[in-house]
Amino acid sequence: MPDDETLPVRSSNDIVVVRQVVRMRAVEIGFNLVEQTKIVTAASELARNTIDHGGGGSARLQSLRNGGRAGLRLTFEDKGPGIPDIELALKDGYTTGGGLGLGLSGARRLSNEFEIQSRPGEGTRVTITRWK
Amino acid sequence: MAIRGRSRLSDVVSKHEAAILTDWIKEQLAAVKAADRIGEAELRTECARFLTLLKVALRSDGSHDVSSAAWSETRELLGELSRSRARAGYSPSETAAFVLSLKRPLFDRLRGEIGGDADALADEVWQTTLVLDRLALFTTELHQKSRDEIILRQQQDMLELSTPVVQLWESILALPLIGTLDSARTQVVMENLLQRIVETGASIAIIDITGVPTVDTLVAQHLLKTVAAARLMGADCIISGIRPQIAQTIVHLGVELSSVITKATLADAFVIALQRTGATIGRATKA
Repeated sequence: MPDDETLPVRSSNDIVVVRQVVRMRAVEIGFNLVEQTKIVTAASELARNTIDHGGGGSARLQSLRNGGRAGLRLTFEDKGPGIPDIELALKDGYTTGGGLGLGLSGARRLSNEFEIQSRPGEGTRVTITRWK
Repeated sequence: MAIRGRSRLSDVVSKHEAAILTDWIKEQLAAVKAADRIGEAELRTECARFLTLLKVALRSDGSHDVSSAAWSETRELLGELSRSRARAGYSPSETAAFVLSLKRPLFDRLRGEIGGDADALADEVWQTTLVLDRLALFTTELHQKSRDEIILRQQQDMLELSTPVVQLWESILALPLIGTLDSARTQVVMENLLQRIVETGASIAIIDITGVPTVDTLVAQHLLKTVAAARLMGADCIISGIRPQIAQTIVHLGVELSSVITKATLADAFVIALQRTGATIGRATKA
Protein backbone atom coordinates (compact mmCIF):
# COMPACT_ATOMS: atom_id res chain seq x y z
CA MET A 1 0.00 0.00 0.00
CA PRO A 2 1.45 3.41 -0.92
CA ASP A 3 2.14 5.86 1.91
CA ASP A 4 0.32 8.64 0.14
CA GLU A 5 -2.83 8.19 -1.90
CA THR A 6 -5.81 10.25 -2.97
CA LEU A 7 -9.34 8.91 -3.26
CA PRO A 8 -12.34 10.52 -4.95
CA VAL A 9 -15.19 11.66 -2.72
CA ARG A 10 -18.18 12.15 -4.99
CA SER A 11 -20.95 9.77 -3.95
CA SER A 12 -22.12 8.10 -0.77
CA ASN A 13 -20.44 4.91 -1.97
CA ASP A 14 -17.13 6.79 -1.94
CA ILE A 15 -17.67 7.51 1.77
CA VAL A 16 -17.85 3.77 2.40
CA VAL A 17 -14.62 3.25 0.44
CA VAL A 18 -12.86 6.08 2.34
CA ARG A 19 -13.89 4.53 5.64
CA GLN A 20 -12.61 1.12 4.59
CA VAL A 21 -9.27 2.39 3.31
CA VAL A 22 -8.76 4.60 6.40
CA ARG A 23 -9.46 1.60 8.60
CA MET A 24 -6.97 -0.53 6.67
CA ARG A 25 -4.34 2.18 7.02
CA ALA A 26 -5.02 2.60 10.71
CA VAL A 27 -4.62 -1.13 11.28
CA GLU A 28 -1.38 -1.11 9.26
CA ILE A 29 0.02 1.73 11.38
CA GLY A 30 -0.85 -0.18 14.52
CA PHE A 31 -3.68 1.93 15.92
CA ASN A 32 -5.70 0.17 18.61
CA LEU A 33 -9.43 -0.40 18.17
CA VAL A 34 -10.45 2.85 19.84
CA GLU A 35 -7.98 4.91 17.78
CA GLN A 36 -9.11 3.14 14.59
CA THR A 37 -12.75 3.84 15.34
CA LYS A 38 -12.05 7.50 16.09
CA ILE A 39 -10.15 8.24 12.90
CA VAL A 40 -12.59 6.23 10.76
CA THR A 41 -15.53 8.11 12.27
CA ALA A 42 -13.82 11.46 11.75
CA ALA A 43 -13.10 10.50 8.13
CA SER A 44 -16.74 9.55 7.66
CA GLU A 45 -17.92 12.95 8.94
CA LEU A 46 -15.48 14.94 6.80
CA ALA A 47 -16.13 12.89 3.68
CA ARG A 48 -19.85 13.45 4.06
CA ASN A 49 -19.28 17.20 4.51
CA THR A 50 -17.16 17.18 1.34
CA ILE A 51 -20.13 15.79 -0.57
CA ASP A 52 -23.04 17.52 1.15
CA HIS A 53 -21.51 20.99 1.46
CA GLY A 54 -18.61 20.99 -1.00
CA GLY A 55 -20.36 19.20 -3.86
CA GLY A 56 -17.70 16.49 -3.94
CA GLY A 57 -13.93 16.52 -3.87
CA SER A 58 -11.07 14.31 -2.79
CA ALA A 59 -9.55 12.66 0.24
CA ARG A 60 -5.79 12.36 0.64
CA LEU A 61 -4.42 9.75 3.01
CA GLN A 62 -0.84 9.99 4.26
CA SER A 63 0.87 7.56 6.58
CA LEU A 64 3.36 9.53 8.70
CA ARG A 65 6.55 8.59 10.46
CA ASN A 66 7.97 11.25 12.68
CA GLY A 67 10.89 9.90 14.66
CA GLY A 68 9.43 7.11 16.74
CA ARG A 69 5.86 8.26 16.18
CA ALA A 70 3.50 6.91 13.57
CA GLY A 71 0.36 8.65 12.50
CA LEU A 72 -2.25 9.11 9.84
CA ARG A 73 -3.07 12.40 8.14
CA LEU A 74 -6.25 12.90 6.16
CA THR A 75 -6.91 15.89 3.92
CA PHE A 76 -10.38 16.53 2.54
CA GLU A 77 -10.60 19.08 -0.20
CA ASP A 78 -13.45 20.48 -2.24
CA LYS A 79 -14.05 23.33 -4.65
CA GLY A 80 -17.44 24.14 -3.20
CA PRO A 81 -18.92 27.40 -1.93
CA GLY A 82 -16.62 27.53 1.11
CA ILE A 83 -17.50 28.36 4.71
CA PRO A 84 -18.23 32.05 5.41
CA ASP A 85 -17.85 31.78 9.19
CA ILE A 86 -15.56 28.96 10.30
CA GLU A 87 -16.02 29.66 13.99
CA LEU A 88 -19.78 29.31 13.63
CA ALA A 89 -19.39 26.13 11.55
CA LEU A 90 -17.30 24.63 14.36
CA LYS A 91 -19.96 25.34 16.95
CA ASP A 92 -21.73 22.26 18.31
CA GLY A 93 -25.23 21.99 16.98
CA TYR A 94 -24.83 24.51 14.17
CA THR A 95 -26.00 23.01 10.91
CA THR A 96 -26.99 24.17 7.47
CA GLY A 97 -27.72 20.71 6.15
CA GLY A 98 -30.34 19.33 8.53
CA GLY A 99 -27.91 17.10 10.40
CA LEU A 100 -27.03 17.13 14.07
CA GLY A 101 -24.44 19.86 13.55
CA LEU A 102 -21.74 17.81 15.24
CA GLY A 103 -19.78 16.46 12.29
CA LEU A 104 -17.08 19.09 11.91
CA SER A 105 -16.64 19.82 15.62
CA GLY A 106 -16.81 16.09 16.37
CA ALA A 107 -14.09 15.35 13.80
CA ARG A 108 -11.91 17.97 15.53
CA ARG A 109 -12.41 16.30 18.90
CA LEU A 110 -11.66 12.87 17.42
CA SER A 111 -8.25 13.89 16.06
CA ASN A 112 -5.00 15.18 17.55
CA GLU A 113 -4.41 17.92 15.01
CA PHE A 114 -7.05 19.79 13.10
CA GLU A 115 -6.69 22.46 10.47
CA ILE A 116 -9.33 24.08 8.32
CA GLN A 117 -8.88 26.48 5.43
CA SER A 118 -11.85 27.88 3.62
CA ARG A 119 -12.66 30.85 1.47
CA PRO A 120 -16.11 31.72 0.25
CA GLY A 121 -16.34 30.82 -3.42
CA GLU A 122 -13.08 28.90 -3.51
CA GLY A 123 -13.64 25.75 -1.52
CA THR A 124 -12.63 24.14 1.72
CA ARG A 125 -9.71 22.06 2.92
CA VAL A 126 -9.80 20.19 6.20
CA THR A 127 -6.72 18.35 7.46
CA ILE A 128 -6.75 16.06 10.48
CA THR A 129 -3.93 14.05 11.97
CA ARG A 130 -4.06 11.31 14.51
CA TRP A 131 -0.89 10.01 16.18
CA LYS A 132 -0.47 6.60 17.63
CA MET B 1 -11.32 11.43 -45.10
CA ALA B 2 -13.00 10.67 -48.38
CA ILE B 3 -15.25 7.69 -48.26
CA ARG B 4 -16.12 5.77 -51.34
CA GLY B 5 -19.70 4.87 -52.00
CA ARG B 6 -19.01 1.21 -51.71
CA SER B 7 -16.14 -0.40 -49.92
CA ARG B 8 -14.22 -3.41 -51.08
CA LEU B 9 -14.62 -4.81 -47.61
CA SER B 10 -18.22 -5.72 -48.24
CA ASP B 11 -17.24 -7.66 -51.40
CA VAL B 12 -14.44 -9.41 -49.59
CA VAL B 13 -16.70 -10.47 -46.74
CA SER B 14 -19.31 -11.80 -49.17
CA LYS B 15 -16.77 -13.67 -51.24
CA HIS B 16 -14.83 -15.31 -48.39
CA GLU B 17 -17.49 -15.56 -45.69
CA ALA B 18 -16.93 -19.22 -44.86
CA ALA B 19 -13.14 -18.93 -44.71
CA ILE B 20 -13.27 -15.77 -42.59
CA LEU B 21 -15.65 -17.47 -40.20
CA THR B 22 -13.32 -20.44 -39.74
CA ASP B 23 -10.27 -18.23 -39.19
CA TRP B 24 -12.14 -15.95 -36.80
CA ILE B 25 -13.37 -18.79 -34.63
CA LYS B 26 -9.90 -20.29 -34.56
CA GLU B 27 -8.53 -16.90 -33.51
CA GLN B 28 -10.99 -16.61 -30.66
CA LEU B 29 -10.60 -20.11 -29.37
CA ALA B 30 -6.85 -19.60 -29.21
CA ALA B 31 -6.96 -16.17 -27.58
CA VAL B 32 -9.79 -16.09 -25.08
CA LYS B 33 -10.33 -19.71 -24.15
CA ALA B 34 -13.92 -18.86 -24.91
CA ALA B 35 -14.61 -22.56 -25.27
CA ASP B 36 -14.33 -22.86 -21.50
CA ARG B 37 -17.39 -20.77 -20.96
CA ILE B 38 -19.52 -21.12 -24.05
CA GLY B 39 -19.43 -24.10 -26.31
CA GLU B 40 -17.71 -23.93 -29.67
CA ALA B 41 -21.07 -24.59 -31.33
CA GLU B 42 -22.61 -21.57 -29.64
CA LEU B 43 -19.64 -19.41 -30.57
CA ARG B 44 -19.94 -20.57 -34.17
CA THR B 45 -23.62 -19.59 -34.28
CA GLU B 46 -22.88 -16.15 -32.84
CA CYS B 47 -20.01 -15.54 -35.23
CA ALA B 48 -21.99 -16.66 -38.25
CA ARG B 49 -24.90 -14.40 -37.31
CA PHE B 50 -22.56 -11.47 -36.77
CA LEU B 51 -20.82 -11.96 -40.12
CA THR B 52 -24.14 -12.14 -41.95
CA LEU B 53 -25.34 -8.94 -40.31
CA LEU B 54 -22.00 -7.23 -40.90
CA LYS B 55 -22.20 -8.10 -44.57
CA VAL B 56 -25.71 -6.68 -44.88
CA ALA B 57 -24.80 -3.53 -42.97
CA LEU B 58 -21.64 -2.91 -45.01
CA ARG B 59 -23.56 -3.30 -48.22
CA SER B 60 -26.38 -0.94 -47.32
CA ASP B 61 -24.31 1.71 -45.58
CA GLY B 62 -21.24 3.18 -47.23
CA SER B 63 -20.49 5.63 -44.44
CA HIS B 64 -19.57 2.96 -41.90
CA ASP B 65 -21.38 4.94 -39.25
CA VAL B 66 -22.22 2.18 -36.79
CA SER B 67 -24.79 4.32 -34.97
CA SER B 68 -26.95 4.60 -38.10
CA ALA B 69 -30.10 2.61 -38.78
CA ALA B 70 -28.35 0.23 -41.18
CA TRP B 71 -26.37 -1.12 -38.24
CA SER B 72 -29.28 -1.51 -35.81
CA GLU B 73 -29.46 -5.30 -36.12
CA THR B 74 -25.71 -5.63 -35.66
CA ARG B 75 -25.93 -3.47 -32.56
CA GLU B 76 -28.79 -5.56 -31.26
CA LEU B 77 -26.80 -8.76 -31.64
CA LEU B 78 -23.76 -7.23 -29.94
CA GLY B 79 -25.97 -5.91 -27.15
CA GLU B 80 -27.38 -9.36 -26.51
CA LEU B 81 -23.91 -10.82 -26.57
CA SER B 82 -22.45 -8.20 -24.20
CA ARG B 83 -25.23 -8.68 -21.71
CA SER B 84 -24.99 -12.45 -21.65
CA ARG B 85 -21.20 -12.28 -21.36
CA ALA B 86 -21.33 -9.71 -18.58
CA ARG B 87 -23.63 -12.03 -16.67
CA ALA B 88 -21.34 -15.00 -17.34
CA GLY B 89 -18.47 -13.08 -15.74
CA TYR B 90 -16.48 -12.12 -18.84
CA SER B 91 -14.16 -9.12 -18.49
CA PRO B 92 -14.77 -6.09 -20.74
CA SER B 93 -11.67 -6.89 -22.81
CA GLU B 94 -12.74 -10.49 -23.31
CA THR B 95 -16.09 -9.21 -24.51
CA ALA B 96 -14.54 -6.67 -26.87
CA ALA B 97 -12.18 -9.36 -28.17
CA PHE B 98 -15.16 -10.96 -29.90
CA VAL B 99 -15.17 -8.07 -32.39
CA LEU B 100 -11.47 -7.22 -32.34
CA SER B 101 -10.37 -10.76 -33.15
CA LEU B 102 -12.13 -10.40 -36.49
CA LYS B 103 -9.45 -7.95 -37.64
CA ARG B 104 -6.80 -10.42 -38.60
CA PRO B 105 -9.04 -12.69 -40.70
CA LEU B 106 -10.43 -9.64 -42.50
CA PHE B 107 -7.02 -8.04 -43.07
CA ASP B 108 -5.69 -11.34 -44.41
CA ARG B 109 -8.47 -11.55 -46.98
CA LEU B 110 -8.13 -7.89 -47.94
CA ARG B 111 -4.44 -8.42 -48.57
CA GLY B 112 -5.23 -11.47 -50.67
CA GLU B 113 -7.66 -9.47 -52.80
CA ILE B 114 -5.98 -6.08 -53.19
CA GLY B 115 -2.46 -6.73 -51.94
CA GLY B 116 -1.00 -5.40 -55.15
CA ASP B 117 -2.32 -1.91 -54.59
CA ALA B 118 -0.70 -0.59 -51.41
CA ASP B 119 -2.76 2.62 -51.29
CA ALA B 120 -6.06 0.86 -51.72
CA LEU B 121 -5.09 -1.76 -49.15
CA ALA B 122 -4.08 0.85 -46.54
CA ASP B 123 -7.34 2.65 -47.15
CA GLU B 124 -9.44 -0.49 -46.73
CA VAL B 125 -7.56 -1.57 -43.62
CA TRP B 126 -8.16 1.85 -42.09
CA GLN B 127 -11.88 1.71 -42.87
CA THR B 128 -12.16 -1.78 -41.46
CA THR B 129 -10.31 -0.81 -38.31
CA LEU B 130 -12.63 2.16 -37.81
CA VAL B 131 -15.74 0.03 -38.05
CA LEU B 132 -14.47 -2.78 -35.84
CA ASP B 133 -13.08 -0.41 -33.21
CA ARG B 134 -16.40 1.40 -32.98
CA LEU B 135 -18.26 -1.88 -32.64
CA ALA B 136 -15.79 -3.06 -29.99
CA LEU B 137 -16.21 0.15 -28.00
CA PHE B 138 -19.94 -0.33 -28.29
CA THR B 139 -19.68 -3.81 -26.72
CA THR B 140 -17.49 -2.46 -23.92
CA GLU B 141 -19.99 0.25 -23.13
CA LEU B 142 -22.86 -2.20 -23.05
CA HIS B 143 -20.83 -4.61 -20.98
CA GLN B 144 -20.21 -1.87 -18.45
CA LYS B 145 -23.88 -0.94 -18.42
CA SER B 146 -24.91 -4.54 -17.81
CA ARG B 147 -22.48 -4.79 -14.91
CA ASP B 148 -23.88 -1.61 -13.41
CA GLU B 149 -27.37 -3.06 -13.69
CA ILE B 150 -26.26 -6.23 -11.94
CA ILE B 151 -24.67 -4.21 -9.13
CA LEU B 152 -27.76 -2.06 -8.73
CA ARG B 153 -29.96 -5.13 -8.51
CA GLN B 154 -27.69 -6.69 -5.92
CA GLN B 155 -27.78 -3.51 -3.86
CA GLN B 156 -31.55 -3.63 -3.91
CA ASP B 157 -31.51 -7.29 -2.88
CA MET B 158 -29.29 -6.36 0.04
CA LEU B 159 -31.70 -3.65 1.16
CA GLU B 160 -34.37 -6.28 1.58
CA LEU B 161 -32.13 -8.96 2.97
CA SER B 162 -30.33 -7.18 5.69
CA THR B 163 -33.14 -5.72 7.73
CA PRO B 164 -35.10 -8.47 9.44
CA VAL B 165 -37.21 -7.60 12.47
CA VAL B 166 -37.47 -10.57 14.82
CA GLN B 167 -39.81 -11.17 17.70
CA LEU B 168 -37.94 -12.21 20.85
CA TRP B 169 -40.87 -12.48 23.21
CA GLU B 170 -44.43 -11.39 23.54
CA SER B 171 -44.40 -7.66 22.72
CA ILE B 172 -40.58 -7.53 22.42
CA LEU B 173 -39.03 -6.99 19.00
CA ALA B 174 -35.37 -6.97 18.02
CA LEU B 175 -33.76 -5.33 15.01
CA PRO B 176 -30.19 -6.55 14.50
CA LEU B 177 -28.49 -4.04 12.22
CA ILE B 178 -25.52 -5.09 10.12
CA GLY B 179 -23.20 -3.10 7.89
CA THR B 180 -23.34 0.44 6.61
CA LEU B 181 -26.37 2.52 7.51
CA ASP B 182 -26.65 4.77 4.50
CA SER B 183 -29.89 6.67 4.19
CA ALA B 184 -31.66 4.44 1.65
CA ARG B 185 -31.27 1.41 3.88
CA THR B 186 -32.09 3.26 7.05
CA GLN B 187 -35.39 4.24 5.48
CA VAL B 188 -36.22 0.57 4.86
CA VAL B 189 -35.12 -0.35 8.38
CA MET B 190 -37.33 2.31 9.90
CA GLU B 191 -40.37 1.33 7.85
CA ASN B 192 -39.91 -2.37 8.64
CA LEU B 193 -39.63 -1.73 12.34
CA LEU B 194 -42.64 0.57 12.52
CA GLN B 195 -44.70 -1.86 10.45
CA ARG B 196 -43.82 -4.76 12.74
CA ILE B 197 -44.65 -2.70 15.82
CA VAL B 198 -48.14 -2.20 14.42
CA GLU B 199 -48.51 -5.86 13.45
CA THR B 200 -47.34 -7.32 16.75
CA GLY B 201 -48.48 -4.62 19.13
CA ALA B 202 -45.00 -4.68 20.61
CA SER B 203 -44.22 -2.30 23.46
CA ILE B 204 -40.42 -2.60 23.33
CA ALA B 205 -38.05 -2.73 20.37
CA ILE B 206 -34.35 -3.51 20.77
CA ILE B 207 -32.12 -2.03 18.07
CA ASP B 208 -28.84 -3.91 18.10
CA ILE B 209 -25.88 -2.17 16.43
CA THR B 210 -23.22 -4.82 17.14
CA GLY B 211 -22.83 -5.30 13.39
CA VAL B 212 -22.48 -1.62 12.53
CA PRO B 213 -18.75 -0.84 12.22
CA THR B 214 -18.98 2.95 12.25
CA VAL B 215 -21.45 5.08 14.19
CA ASP B 216 -21.06 8.64 12.99
CA THR B 217 -23.43 11.57 13.41
CA LEU B 218 -25.60 10.54 10.45
CA VAL B 219 -26.05 7.01 11.80
CA ALA B 220 -26.77 8.47 15.25
CA GLN B 221 -29.32 10.81 13.78
CA HIS B 222 -31.06 7.96 11.94
CA LEU B 223 -31.16 5.95 15.17
CA LEU B 224 -32.61 8.86 17.12
CA LYS B 225 -35.27 9.44 14.47
CA THR B 226 -36.23 5.75 14.49
CA VAL B 227 -36.48 5.80 18.28
CA ALA B 228 -38.63 8.95 18.18
CA ALA B 229 -40.97 7.49 15.55
CA ALA B 230 -41.36 4.23 17.50
CA ARG B 231 -42.11 6.21 20.62
CA LEU B 232 -44.88 8.07 18.81
CA MET B 233 -46.40 4.68 18.09
CA GLY B 234 -46.26 3.72 21.73
CA ALA B 235 -43.15 1.54 21.71
CA ASP B 236 -39.96 2.20 23.63
CA CYS B 237 -36.59 1.44 22.08
CA ILE B 238 -33.41 0.10 23.61
CA ILE B 239 -30.19 0.43 21.65
CA SER B 240 -27.78 -2.41 22.32
CA GLY B 241 -24.39 -3.46 21.02
CA ILE B 242 -22.58 -0.29 22.08
CA ARG B 243 -18.96 -1.44 22.19
CA PRO B 244 -16.32 0.49 24.18
CA GLN B 245 -14.78 2.10 21.08
CA ILE B 246 -18.21 3.17 19.82
CA ALA B 247 -19.10 4.61 23.24
CA GLN B 248 -15.91 6.70 23.32
CA THR B 249 -16.42 7.90 19.79
CA ILE B 250 -20.03 8.91 20.42
CA VAL B 251 -18.93 10.91 23.47
CA HIS B 252 -16.25 12.71 21.43
CA LEU B 253 -18.71 13.46 18.67
CA GLY B 254 -20.97 15.03 21.28
CA VAL B 255 -24.02 13.01 20.28
CA GLU B 256 -26.65 13.07 22.99
CA LEU B 257 -28.04 9.56 23.49
CA SER B 258 -29.10 10.00 27.11
CA SER B 259 -32.77 10.11 26.15
CA VAL B 260 -32.47 6.53 24.92
CA ILE B 261 -31.85 3.42 26.99
CA THR B 262 -28.58 1.88 25.80
CA LYS B 263 -26.93 -1.40 26.70
CA ALA B 264 -23.64 -3.07 25.86
CA THR B 265 -25.14 -6.35 24.72
CA LEU B 266 -28.37 -7.64 23.27
CA ALA B 267 -28.67 -9.99 26.27
CA ASP B 268 -28.62 -7.06 28.72
CA ALA B 269 -31.20 -5.25 26.65
CA PHE B 270 -33.43 -8.34 26.57
CA VAL B 271 -33.37 -8.64 30.37
CA ILE B 272 -34.42 -4.99 30.69
CA ALA B 273 -37.16 -5.51 28.13
CA LEU B 274 -38.50 -8.55 30.00
CA GLN B 275 -38.58 -6.60 33.25
CA ARG B 276 -40.41 -3.76 31.55
CA THR B 277 -43.05 -6.08 30.23
CA GLY B 278 -43.49 -7.75 33.61
CA ALA B 279 -41.84 -11.05 32.75
CA THR B 280 -39.05 -12.53 34.83
CA ILE B 281 -36.42 -15.11 34.18
CA GLY B 282 -35.35 -17.51 36.89
CA ARG B 283 -33.92 -20.96 37.19
CA ALA B 284 -36.46 -23.63 37.89
CA THR B 285 -35.96 -24.94 41.42
CA LYS B 286 -36.05 -28.66 41.91
CA ALA B 287 -39.12 -29.87 43.67
